[in-house]
Amino acid sequence: MIRTKDLTKRYGRTTAVDGVDLEVREGDRYGLLGPNGSGKTTLVRMLLGLVFATRGEIEVLGRPVPRRVREVLPSIGALVEGPGAYPNLSGRTNLAVFDAAGPGGRRRDRRARIDQALERVGLGGIDRRPVKAYSLGMRQRLGLAAALLRPPRLLILDEPTNGLDPRGIREVRDLLAELNRDGVTVFLSSHLLSEIDAFCSRVGVMDRGRLVVQDDLDDLRVPTGRVTLGTPTPERAVALLDGRVEHRAGEILTVRHDDPGALNAELVAAGVTVTAIAAERRTLEEVVLAATTGSSDRVERVEAA
Amino acid sequence: MIRVELAKLFRRPRTYVIAGLLCALPLIVAIFLATTRIPPPPGQGGAFLSAVLSNGALYPAAAMALVLPVFLPVSVAVLAGDAVAGEASAGTLRYLLVRPVGRSRLLVAKLISLVVFVLFAISAVLVTSYLTGITLFGASTSSAGVALPPDVTSLSGVTISPAGLVLRLLGTVAYIVISMVGVAAIALFLSTVTDSALGAAMGALAVLVTSQVLVTLDAAQAIRPYLPTRYWLAWIDFFREPVLWRDIERGAGIQLVYLVVLLGAAWANFLTKDVAN
Repeated sequence: MIRTKDLTKRYGRTTAVDGVDLEVREGDRYGLLGPNGSGKTTLVRMLLGLVFATRGEIEVLGRPVPRRVREVLPSIGALVEGPGAYPNLSGRTNLAVFDAAGPGGRRRDRRARIDQALERVGLGGIDRRPVKAYSLGMRQRLGLAAALLRPPRLLILDEPTNGLDPRGIREVRDLLAELNRDGVTVFLSSHLLSEIDAFCSRVGVMDRGRLVVQDDLDDLRVPTGRVTLGTPTPERAVALLDGRVEHRAGEILTVRHDDPGALNAELVAAGVTVTAIAAERRTLEEVVLAATTGSSDRVERVEAA
Repeated sequence: MIRVELAKLFRRPRTYVIAGLLCALPLIVAIFLATTRIPPPPGQGGAFLSAVLSNGALYPAAAMALVLPVFLPVSVAVLAGDAVAGEASAGTLRYLLVRPVGRSRLLVAKLISLVVFVLFAISAVLVTSYLTGITLFGASTSSAGVALPPDVTSLSGVTISPAGLVLRLLGTVAYIVISMVGVAAIALFLSTVTDSALGAAMGALAVLVTSQVLVTLDAAQAIRPYLPTRYWLAWIDFFREPVLWRDIERGAGIQLVYLVVLLGAAWANFLTKDVAN
């Protein structure tokens, strides 16, 4: 669906995006993770032909971008760095204006499509208030409705849950999951780890303009070689596993061991009751921390040599 | 896209506010003239102002002379400066472009909506000032036609028919639209350069003010014929008998050159611009 090769964007002397090889496959739930200022938004804008690359190639839905971007844009729903709407018009009129502005928005079923899109994002009962009276969350939902106005094959969403409360975030996630089940490829960027963790099947991590990680989430969350273990008699387990226990918190032990099955058998054989046992996996946070160098909004003092 | 731009133009209250302000200025002037009956001495003050006291039907022409030098270009510069930069800072530009709306199309639609605005504003001024003129000064249109004011024609007693007056007004409207499109082109170009609508409008006004100053400066005589505002008032020549075409033609020609160059620059700039706001 999306493929970039050596994609680079420089603004003057700063490099916003640096040699990115992105690959999003059909049907993916791709999450692009990275702190603010890591180049996510610039990357998204290049995919949509808004910003022109300094170097490298982009292919979206099999067409080269930006050269033939206008052929693919009608099948893409996009939310780029916050919603944009005409503040003096109502939400409904805004959608109608954007729909009428471009190709493929047939006039005959426009009303029905707008109603349906508003319903999907939870704005079905919206009145004629102008958008300037909307809350940030409502604007975000309206932006999402605009992206869904004509059934997209690919959704490119930059920080889609900005300004939403926890319930709203959950609703949006459920909506995206539903769309994905219907075959829509979802590419979303976020600086929120939990959001990507909860929704995505494939993850890319940006750090200072570079794509430092790109893999399926399951492959990233490899076992750490430790097992977490619950037992009502932790003293006996510690005595038995002598030296292999790394951490103890009440009745939960963390044990250095590769195979939870073998460990369980060993404990049960020794008469230790096991209430829970599981291989510990790397969290997405650990993956990200291991791959990134530092917080991009920190400004370190450079010591003179 | 053009329909969408026009809908946006006429759905915004500011369109009507600006048009209302443009209509208000001639009205205020007319009220003062009608109550005091003190005409500006011929050759001073706005063109036609002394003539309207005797004939209200000429007031639309006087109103044009009142709004043209400052008010109309300021409003055109504000709207044109906002055209692209305003959409960029409101965040709507990127959604239009990914809709997708072609960048050239967008620019053309913006320009057309600006032309429509100028036509709308001028028509509003013409209609209201005609009504003002007739009510406050009375119309002395006999069947013989309208007497052209002596301070313009330098020939007293020349009359033109009402149909002739309408034709001349139409010529005036066309000429003013061309002049204002020149202003719009400056502001539209700057609007593609900066993301600040205010900056673009200020830039365009700076160009116009500089041009106005240089027009009156004898030391700048060498470049005077090429200044954008040099022939702005040439439409007054439509009210001479016979019509004096020389300055009208030159003025239209200059505006056309500015238009082509600046729109070309705006187009080239906008087509390769990173929409990063």
